[in-house]
This record gives sequence, structure tokens and C-alpha cells, in this order.
Amino acid sequence: MNHSTPIIRVRNLVKKFGDFIANDSLTFDVFSGEIFGFLGANGAGKTTAIRILSGLSKPTSGEISVAGFDIYHQTEQIKRSIGYMSQKFSLYEDLTITENIHFYGGIYGLKRKEIKAQTTILLEKLGMNDYKNQLIRDLPLGWQQKLAFSVAIFHNPKIVFLDEPTSGVDPITRRQFWNLIYEAAHDGITVFVTTHYMDEAEYCDRVSMMVDGRIIALDSPEKLVRTNGVANMNEVFLKLARSSTLEVQAT
Amino acid sequence: MNRFGGFVRKEFHHIFRDKQTLLILFGIPIAQMLIFGFVISNEIRNVGIAVFDQSHDEVTLKITEKILSSGYFLLEYDIHNPNEIAKAFRGGKVKEVIIFEGEFAKNLEKTGTASVQIIADASDANLANLITIYTTGIIQDYVSKSNSQSSPPMQIIPKVRMLYNEQMKSAFMFVPGIMALILVMISAQMTAISIAREKEMRTMEVLLVSPLKPIQIIVGKVVPYVALLFTNAVTILLLGFFVFGVPLHGSVVLLLAECILYILLALSLGILISSITDNQLVAMIMSAFALMLPVILLSGFIFPIENMPKILQWLCQMMPPKYFIIIVKNIMLKNTGFLYVWKETLVLCGFTALFILLSVKKFKIRLE
Amino acid sequence: MRTILFVLQKEFLQIFRNRMMLPIIFVLPLVQMLILVNAATMEMKNLNIFVVDCDYSTTSRQLVGKFAASPFFRITGRSTTLSDAESSMKRGKTDIILKIPSNFEKRLVKENRAEIQFLINAINGTVAGIGYAYAASITNGFNREIISEWQTIPTGTIGAQNIQVKPSFWYNPELNYKVFMVPAVLAILVTIIGAFLSGLNIVREKEIGTIEQINVTPIRKYQFVIGKLTPFLIIALLELGFGLTLGKLVFDIPITGSLVLLFFTAAIYLSVVLGFGLLVSTMAKTQQQAIFINYFFMIVFMMMSGLFTSTESMPDWAQRLNVLNPIAYFMRLVRTILLKGSGISDIYRDVISLAIYGVAMLSLATWRYRKTV
Repeated sequence: MNHSTPIIRVRNLVKKFGDFIANDSLTFDVFSGEIFGFLGANGAGKTTAIRILSGLSKPTSGEISVAGFDIYHQTEQIKRSIGYMSQKFSLYEDLTITENIHFYGGIYGLKRKEIKAQTTILLEKLGMNDYKNQLIRDLPLGWQQKLAFSVAIFHNPKIVFLDEPTSGVDPITRRQFWNLIYEAAHDGITVFVTTHYMDEAEYCDRVSMMVDGRIIALDSPEKLVRTNGVANMNEVFLKLARSSTLEVQAT
Repeated sequence: MNRFGGFVRKEFHHIFRDKQTLLILFGIPIAQMLIFGFVISNEIRNVGIAVFDQSHDEVTLKITEKILSSGYFLLEYDIHNPNEIAKAFRGGKVKEVIIFEGEFAKNLEKTGTASVQIIADASDANLANLITIYTTGIIQDYVSKSNSQSSPPMQIIPKVRMLYNEQMKSAFMFVPGIMALILVMISAQMTAISIAREKEMRTMEVLLVSPLKPIQIIVGKVVPYVALLFTNAVTILLLGFFVFGVPLHGSVVLLLAECILYILLALSLGILISSITDNQLVAMIMSAFALMLPVILLSGFIFPIENMPKILQWLCQMMPPKYFIIIVKNIMLKNTGFLYVWKETLVLCGFTALFILLSVKKFKIRLE
Repeated sequence: MRTILFVLQKEFLQIFRNRMMLPIIFVLPLVQMLILVNAATMEMKNLNIFVVDCDYSTTSRQLVGKFAASPFFRITGRSTTLSDAESSMKRGKTDIILKIPSNFEKRLVKENRAEIQFLINAINGTVAGIGYAYAASITNGFNREIISEWQTIPTGTIGAQNIQVKPSFWYNPELNYKVFMVPAVLAILVTIIGAFLSGLNIVREKEIGTIEQINVTPIRKYQFVIGKLTPFLIIALLELGFGLTLGKLVFDIPITGSLVLLFFTAAIYLSVVLGFGLLVSTMAKTQQQAIFINYFFMIVFMMMSGLFTSTESMPDWAQRLNVLNPIAYFMRLVRTILLKGSGISDIYRDVISLAIYGVAMLSLATWRYRKTV
């Protein structure tokens, strides 16, 4: 983990949809190789933020650089260095595992031979080699999830953005998925993950908590639990979220 | 019942929130009416012709002038040698070439006859036929007028009266036709797509698991469209009446009732289509092209059924729009009452019942 | 370039894996060709005519005979009372009533003029107009015949002039109306695939969400656009070929011009249509919206393209509007190349216009497509 220069640098990110402020002056850094969790309830603004960072959406204002590139003027360069997995695990349902990997690998500029070789290695690792010619829609959800992640990092990006990657999946599969995330981090990929499962926060190196578009906490899970004097991240969230809304009501 | 009401309300929201589609739903029939009414026509006018006058005498010039002043034709070129004829046709603007032989007037004087050759571009066979007849008519008219200066020839004078539609307004044809077309297309399309959409988006499963019965789901989906389409039908009728002068001689109530029947028919057809496929795109294509073309072509809307080959005529009998068009025309234009249209109404009822039956059956099967 | 190939590969896989796609590509043209072309005839044959002959003289019977012998008319009834004819018309069995008054022949001989009356069901104004034109034509022909029979005027004097009109029909001597419709059907097929299928394809990805996955990659816009549209260009051209083959086999349409030229102009035309489909896809959020927007323009453009009615009979302002109607161009081009053998020197103006239109459309659509929203 390299703490000197952040690989993602966000200063005063604002995103408005008309009058509605989805992201209210967010400021944070993410360091290379860390697993950074973006927590918050549904509707807090996590997806909005992650879509901006991955170049899918333009911010209203703020300074943002990802992998050393400016988000306003160097969006396409950023895309070469990142991977993305959406909530919907967007693999093509009517294509097979191999065809999906082949397609995305090619788009990211990998050579055909390389794609073939890497595909075999990947499928062996996931234990899906026997199903490589199955259509995605015929696979169980947990497999689709793991595949979506693997495709997102297939081209060895510096950062991978995961938007609620574990929604709708059973706890055991969620555990297995996080093993994959650990592996990726171990290989040097920075992982930026949003989630509304508070227990997953414990798996991250550092987390930030969002309520109503603002960051109300940012630190490692252990420190947050300790400073707030509670038992786990879930309680941290309840405590901070409640007080934050009370603050708003008071003003 | 409360659940059902809530469901219907959701469907209304779906439709009315999509302002773009709504605009188009009303825009299409209006645009069609306007185009049929003001833009396209089957009249012969401005047909491009070219004249190859090898004579250039008083007679040929007079005949040419007569042809050009008829309003049917427009002179595009003067041709000076036979090679130019094919080129004129290939350019596309010239549909007829008129060739006067050399020394035309002289021949007429001396021998009493002279000949004019008319070459028509018969790629549009009907047009070619008509312009040939018109041109020949103009020339013959010239002949009889110039002859009549000497002694009056025999004249059989045809008088004509156009019945039911004195001014031969094309609106009388297209307003019922557009109604039949639009209603069936939009009903079928919208229900088919709407249901296919729910299936594609997987929200259909949510509906099916709810306490709503399948029949309630179908009816609920259909109800807002009945309202929408009825409004559409009324719009078309009003436009037809006020803008195009299509009369409404018969009973308005009967007409509206028949419209509702037809709408129900089209909607149940839409449901049937949607029960066959999961894919929106396919639903759309099926309803559009399985319906639109047959409706336009086989309902007698544009092309008269009598001219079609027997097999197709037989196929036409199976097209509900055909019957609806007959009903509408009879009520609006001929002021005939229910007695004249009960047969067709029965046919429409039959079709509706058939479609509903089939859809319910198919829907049930899908659930298992 | 490689990127484009990857996109093409994926697109083709998806298209052909869609079980409904193949029947659509092959069954649709077959059905359209057979039904449309056979049904779409404006040829007037067998107009039902009811004869009310109150004279029953030699002349009147001769006149009626002319109608009986004409391929345009079919005598469905004879009577001496008008009400019989009128109720037949009310029932829909008769289109035209020919009423010959009782002193027809007498008046013709004595006063040199006599009237006959045509009562025409004008609900279908077009048919009525054409029917009347034929009826008048037959009447006039008969008129001339009896003039030459009855009035013997020595030739050489003024008054016996007769101009012989010799009609001939080029490109379609048998006056086969189908020949006109087949190219039109081909044009429509190509248009449907180009506009609907391609545009819907992109909106579909939007709806499902996979478009995000693409937008997040470094793929360039033009690579995406080319990769997405080219499969449909190819399929549309294949369709054109398939349709042409069908047209030749089933209807024996003439193929007088250069097929290479035809496919070349089709490709240029498709650039406009595909661009349009893409443009619509940038405006629509759901497939349903895309379908209806496409529909609207398709219907308007098709009606004004000369498909069923000729463009020359449209009012001038409408003809000027047609400059923006790509279907009108293609309709002209297909018909003129196939039926009249037009070459590049005859059609270059239309082709260049289409090319400019296509480039403009594609550029506009690509510009509108945003990878970053």
C-alpha cells in the first residue's frame, strides 16, 4: 500500500440532478492497493459517485483525478486503467462465458492468444472450465457475479470499481466473492467497492460512510468501531446516521 | 377489487408518464390523416412528358398546347432525336413521350390521317394506362372539335353523377381506413409490447406471484388502453368531420359502440401476440408486420379487394379490419342502421371472443 | 480496427442466436413479397357495372356490348328499372350504373346527339375517377365508330380528319402491375432492417444495462457505432439479395440495370437509414419509445415516398419536403435501376444527395451518442 500519492483524488465533488444534490462536496483519497469501501444506505449517493469516478457520468463540479488522469479532460485514458462491475452484473446473457471474456478482452486491447491463455487459467481457477460454452443466463447468480468481477479485472486494471457487487447473493457466495477481491488486492489492484451491507465494511482497509450525499465518516473499520465505542460497523452506521439526521433536523 | 384498482392505476401511470410515446400515439393518426388528406393523391397531375415533334407545324403545336394545358402533364424536355427517348425515361422525370411524325399537318390534309405515337413508361402500369387514355382522349377531342367546324358529328354525351360522395373526396375512403388501421395497430402493439416488456424486465413474475388473478392482470393491462384508443378514435372522427368534411349520416351511438368493439378486438389480439413471445422486439415486429401490412393491403383500405387473386381475397375475409371498415362506411356515409351491419358486427364479436379465448388458454399454459 | 472486429463478432453472435431473428429475416420478405405484391394492384379490372337499358335498340345494345367486351368492366345485372340497379349498388354488388334512356337511338339519328348517364359509387374516389375515365373512353371509342359507320363523308374534305394514336408501353409491355411493386417491397424491407433493428438493438442494451459496461471501456465512439451498425448493413444487403432472387423466381421481374450499382446505392441509402436508427436510439430511453418514434417517421416517409401513389401528384410544398425523405430517393433508384436499366450517369444526382445525407446523419447521431452522460 502506497500512501504517498493517492491513486484516486477527490476534492469537493458535487453532483446535482436539477435541484436535488446527490453528492454534496465529497472529499477523499484512495491509495494504491487498498480495498476502499463506500458505505451508505440505498439512495445515499454511492452509485452516483462511483459512476462519476468510472467516467460514466459527469460531475457538476469538483476536482477529481483517477489513476493520475483528470476526470474532465482525460476520461478516455482513465478508462484504459480501470475496470467496472455494475449492480446488474452486466455480462451478455445471450453469450457464453468464453464469448463474453473474449469480447471484453478484445475491447481492452488484449491479443487473441493472450485472451485464450488467460481465459483458460481463469476458468480453471474458478472451477468453471466445464461450463465455458454455457450461456450466462443459464448459470447460477453467484457464478454470474464471480464472472462479472473476473471480466472487470481481466485486463489487469490499476483500479476496479464495484457497485454493490454482492446484492441478491447468499452469504456463503458473498464470502467466496470477497476472497476474489482479496486476491485482486493482493495482486496490486486497488478495489473501490460500494455496499449497503455493513458487515462487508469489516473486510475493507478503509471505509467512508455516506448519508444523504455527504460523507460523515472516513477511516479504517477498526478505528471507527473503537472511536464510536460500539461493537461493530453496523452499530457505527446506526449511531452516525441517526445523529447526522438529527443534526439536519436541528438546523 | 382494491388490488385490481391499484393495478389499473399503475398501468395508467405507465402510459401517461411516457409523454414522448403518448405524443406519438396521437401524432401518428393525425399525421396520417393530414398526409392522406392534403399530400398524397391518386390524381393525375404534373406527369412529366417529352415531345418529339418531327413536324413543328401548326397542328402539332396546337395539339401539344392542348395536352399541356390540360393540367395533367408537364413538359420536361423537347426531344430532337430517337436516341434521347430512352435517356429521358431513364432519368425518371419523363413518363410519356409523344412523337409526331414528320409533315403531320400536310399528311392530315392530303390523306386525312396522320399518326401520333405515344410511348408510355409502363413500369407504373396503372399510370401508364391512365396517361395513355387521357392523352388519347385529348387528341381525339381535338379531332372532333376541328371536325365539328364542318358538320356536326354524332355525339353520345355521357353524363355522370357521383353517388354518396359527390365531390369524390378521398377522405371518405381514408378516414374509415385510418381508423381501422390505427386502432388495430396501436392496440395490438401497445398491449403486446407492454406485456412483453414486463416479461423481459422480469416484473411479470412479481405480478404473477401477487394475489392478482391472471384474468385480472390481463384486463388491468387492457383498460387504460381502451380509454386511450377510444379518445384516439374520436379524434380521428372529429378531424375527419371538421377538417375533411366526412359526414356522419348514421347513428353516432352505434358508431362509437362499434369502435369500442373493434378496440376490444384489437387489444385481445395484442394480448394473444404477447402471450406468444417474451421478447419486446419480436412482439413489435409480429404485431407491426403481421398486422400493419395485412391491414393496409388486405382490408380494402387502399387496394380494392376485387382486384386481388382469389387466394388473397379469401385471406381478406379473415381480416377483421375489413369488416370494421365496411361497418364504418355504411354508418357514416350511407346512413344504414344496425340491420345492415349486424352480420359484420357478429363477425367482429366472433373474432374478439376467439382471441380472448386463445390468450387465456396460452396464458394459463405459460404459467405452468 | 481490431476493436471493431471484436464488436462485430459479438453482434453477429447475438443476432443469430436470437431464435426469432432468422425467421424474421427470411420469412418476412417472403410473406411481404407474396402478399404485398399480389394485393397491391391498382389495376382496374372487373368493375361491376349494372346496365339499365330503357331503349333496347340496336345502337344501345352495341354500346352495352362494348362494355361487356371490355376487360375493365363486368356486367353484373341488366334491368329496365333504375331501382333494381340502385339497390344492387346499396348492397355493394355494383360500382357503376349505366343508364340508357328510352329514346337513345332515335335522338341520335334525328338530333345527332343523345345522352347516357353513369351513376358511380364514389366512396372510393380514386376508383370512381378511374372507372369514369374508362367508361368515357369506351363511350368515345364507340362514338367514333358509329360516326365513321353512319356518316360517310368523302375523304379529302375537311371534317374527315382522323388522327391515329398508337400507344406503346416500354419496360413493361404486359402492364404487369407487380413489376412496380416488387422494387417497392425491396426498398421497404431494407428500410425496416436498417432503421428498426439497428436502432432497437442499441436501445435494448440501454434498457438491460450492458451499454454501461461498454461505455466504461476505452472503446472509441466511432468504433462502437461501426461495430453496431455494420452487421445490419450486411443483413439488409443480404435481404435485398434474397428479395431480388424471390422477385425473379416468383414474379419474373426484369433486372435491366446493373446489380452492382443497385447494391452500391443500397449501401449508401442504408447509411442514412442506419444513421437515423442510431439517432433515434440516442433519443429513446426504452425500446417502446424507440419503436414508436421510428414508426412515426417510417409511416410518414413511406407514404410520401411514392410507394402507393406517385410523388408528382403531391402538392409542390410536399414535393419540396420530399428532399428530406430518404425513402423517396431509394424508391426512385430501385425502380429505375431494376426496371429501366438506369446507369450512374442517369442517377448520380440522387446518389450524391443520399451520400451527403448519410454522412450528415451518421455524424449527427454519433455526436449525440455519449459515453459519458
